[in-house]
Amino acid sequence: MGSIKDVFHRMGSPRFFYHGSSLWVRGLYIGGTLGLIIGSFWGLALAPPDKYQGDSFRIMYIHVPSAHLAEMVYFACAVAGFVYVVWRMKMADVFIAAAAPVGAILTLLSLASGILWGMPTWGTGWVWDMRTTSVLVLLFLFFGLIALRQAIPRLDRAAYSVAILALVGVVNIPIIKYSVEWFTTLHQPASITFTNEPTIETSMLWPLLFNTTGLYIFIAGVILAAMRVEVLKREQATEWVRDITRSMQR
Amino acid sequence: MGNFGVQFRRDLLVAIRGRTETANPIAFFVLALSLFVFAVGTDSETLPRVAPGVVWVVALFAAMLSTENLFHRDHDDGSLELMLLDSRPLFLGVLGKLLAHWCVSGLPVAILSPLAAVFINAPFEIITILVGTLLLGTPVLTLIGGIGAALTAGLGRGGLLLAVLVMPLYIPVLIFGSGACYRVLDGATVTGPVLWLTALLAGSITLAPFAIGAALRGSQEY
Repeated sequence: MGSIKDVFHRMGSPRFFYHGSSLWVRGLYIGGTLGLIIGSFWGLALAPPDKYQGDSFRIMYIHVPSAHLAEMVYFACAVAGFVYVVWRMKMADVFIAAAAPVGAILTLLSLASGILWGMPTWGTGWVWDMRTTSVLVLLFLFFGLIALRQAIPRLDRAAYSVAILALVGVVNIPIIKYSVEWFTTLHQPASITFTNEPTIETSMLWPLLFNTTGLYIFIAGVILAAMRVEVLKREQATEWVRDITRSMQR
Repeated sequence: MGNFGVQFRRDLLVAIRGRTETANPIAFFVLALSLFVFAVGTDSETLPRVAPGVVWVVALFAAMLSTENLFHRDHDDGSLELMLLDSRPLFLGVLGKLLAHWCVSGLPVAILSPLAAVFINAPFEIITILVGTLLLGTPVLTLIGGIGAALTAGLGRGGLLLAVLVMPLYIPVLIFGSGACYRVLDGATVTGPVLWLTALLAGSITLAPFAIGAALRGSQEY
């Protein structure tokens, strides 16, 4: 039991995190970029055009991964919020601080690609159905996380309040997930689930899987890099950060 | 139930004795409604059509703006700290405060809404459902707004920040509330949205006071 406690303890230490994560960022960037290049090339150039949508279905290779990741990033923020509220782990709050802007950008990307996809296929860029509305709400929730943090001057109080807000906002995640099943929406239901055979042709599925996995890895790298910056900012008064800045100046 | 009753009675008394502040949400409700009429125009075709939505949006704004000072004064004079130190369940104390607040913000708006509906030429058949959905929906608005108010308690600059935090969570209430009114206009059944509103109310009554309590503790801790 001692070793698990030890790992938990060290993960909560900004210094240990900073030194342990430098190689990870590079690895995640390389792996993620590789996955995205393979997936995008395969999806945009090699996969066959759709019978009904022609080439416009290829927007899926951007839209689906970014929408999925946006949702998962928020979920991860809520989990980190729970960890912060229960254990007051500093790094959980560093994660939320770093991930919220990334999540907001991913949500914007999924909304923008959705609009571009909707124009040729739905005949309109925007529909106020449950799926689009709840993703818009997701965007506002990310904005809320960012705005609340900036409004509270004290770091520890901001961390606690943001963690609570992240937990409260998580009610939106099941609404996004199941909106296409519970309500009649113009947005199609999911084609890929864990329990059923995918309703998408294998030649179109593979590039999507590559892009989604690639984006997962890439975003993990982005958030990790942002967390490292956040750690440096927060620990700037400590001796080990001063050592780093001193060695850089030399 | 002691804590619940104490907080409820106290907050209601404070609200009734400070009449102008209590009247503000109601005055806002009526004024903002007339603003819509001035902007949209008194055209007899468009006004009845937009009326249920306008009443709902204005009721939502009134609820949001009034939650801003839900914990402000208590935070400043220290009585909030006393409530948090109380050994009795915080859940009930928070619920008592919220109920008192709803009695002077959401409830009068719901009661006034038939008048408001007539005022902006809403069709008569929607009045029952409008009052019904407001009675179901405004408590949810107060409960969700309470979370935002607790998170921003003592910051001294609630306002727009509160709106950014709370409005995304208001959207479902607005959709089902005004949706039910439009269903009546279109001659469809309202069971679906009304059940959804009831579910939102049940869910927020059971969960929101926990979040509010936790957020309040956070506001005092440091």
